[in-house]
Amino acid sequence: MTTQAAISVQSLHKSFGDLAVLRGVDFEVAPGSIFALLGSNGAGKTTVIKILCTLLKADGGSAEVNGFDVATQPGDVRASLSLTGQFAAVDEVLSGRENLVLVARLRHLPDAARLAERLLQRFALTDAADRRVATYSGGMRRRLDIAMSLIGDPPVIFLDEPTTGLDPQGRLEVWQAVRELAVGGTTVLLTTQYLDEAEQLADRIAILHDGRVLVNGTLAELKQLLPPAQVEYVEKQPTLEDVFLALVGGTVETGEQP
Amino acid sequence: MSATHFFGDTAVLTGRSLKHVSRSLDTIITTAVTPIAMMLLFVYVLGGAIDTGTDSYINYLLPGILLITIASGIAYTAYRLFLDLQGGIFDRFHSMPIARSSVLWAHVLTSLVANLISLVVVVMVALLMGFRSGAGVPAWLAAAGILVLFTLALTWLAVIPGLTAKTIDGASAFSYPLIFLPFISSAFVPTATMPGPVRWFAENQPVTSIVNTLRALFAGQPVGSEIWIALAWCLGILVVAAVAARAVYRRRIS
Repeated sequence: MTTQAAISVQSLHKSFGDLAVLRGVDFEVAPGSIFALLGSNGAGKTTVIKILCTLLKADGGSAEVNGFDVATQPGDVRASLSLTGQFAAVDEVLSGRENLVLVARLRHLPDAARLAERLLQRFALTDAADRRVATYSGGMRRRLDIAMSLIGDPPVIFLDEPTTGLDPQGRLEVWQAVRELAVGGTTVLLTTQYLDEAEQLADRIAILHDGRVLVNGTLAELKQLLPPAQVEYVEKQPTLEDVFLALVGGTVETGEQP
Repeated sequence: MSATHFFGDTAVLTGRSLKHVSRSLDTIITTAVTPIAMMLLFVYVLGGAIDTGTDSYINYLLPGILLITIASGIAYTAYRLFLDLQGGIFDRFHSMPIARSSVLWAHVLTSLVANLISLVVVVMVALLMGFRSGAGVPAWLAAAGILVLFTLALTWLAVIPGLTAKTIDGASAFSYPLIFLPFISSAFVPTATMPGPVRWFAENQPVTSIVNTLRALFAGQPVGSEIWIALAWCLGILVVAAVAARAVYRRRIS
């Protein structure tokens, strides 16, 4: 291999009791790219993430993160990644700043306070920095969650359904943050059940269904799998999202038309 | 990796959960309020009718009240642990390059600190109500040591429902029987007044030996062989609970 994959998963199997959740999952993620694992609820997305983050042990197959085997080198794997779980895994009792300092200390980094300050600025949380996270909006929590994941500059970041439960505004804020990650060279594996999210963010998309990867390719490649586009003339109505954002004064760019 | 960072990581995580305690002081107050209410009830309402063979009923019942304080305090340990698992922050910690066992140890140490604060509050109230001890420093240290050991034993017990509970109520429900246990012991009335089978249970359950030992220590009297039975109970529960809790924990993270 000329370039080593940032994440490599081979014939991964996992069952819970009689329920086979993963039945041979294979995929690779190139360094510095955004890879979306798309699937409906119960498709096994979170299970894949948990195995890659060393929170679950696979029954069969192998997986590597940043060149380290999840089963035999879990310590090195953990040092290479950050997990942003399905529910914003932030400490609600602490303030945003304290959350960041906590993670920085646990990653044994010097000057945790300055690091926290920088991330608060970068994620537009400075004003709320010393408020308890319990008072944050969903979008702010997610931003803090992602900021916590960036501490220590791990080469690989896992985002498990990063926008589930967010309002449109919060979703756009998270998308923006994810795009910036990839620009900085971080490899991002995100799971989502929203097709447009994968379309917006991902360099490559894999569709996970019934414990297997059905297809895996770029958006253009996936589109070729479908019958050719038909040309129809339709009046372009504003979407409800456009209306919502116009009314509430959404300022975050959607990043749609470049 | 784990050995080098264990103490640092445990300190950081203990600092975190102590903030949870200090920012919800109601947990300490709730922990102390029930035992204090019982103390008031027993000393000023029921105590007059109880013949313990001593002149000060508050001196007689304080050891049992302290054990009830610990039993209700550790419910919050299960509660905090459960919330960490529910909220996903437990997974976040476990996916980080830290000494994983610090996550549990931080909860255990926090439980110890929070319970000691509650115990101090209860003892202060007891002093106001007329509790007096003729014990010297060594006896006080011995009593504190037994209370610490008992707290650790029950804390490890609390880790099990904290890790396995499905609901928040389930996480703390296990503490009710523990709170009730001192009532069927020598904590409030001498066991000699109880009918046969109840008396047998009361005299052979852990609370009685611990209560009798603490009572003797506070009174500055010789503890006799009862202290060894008390220590054996505390250590026995501690070892069994800690081993079981770690087994549950390992299954939880595999």
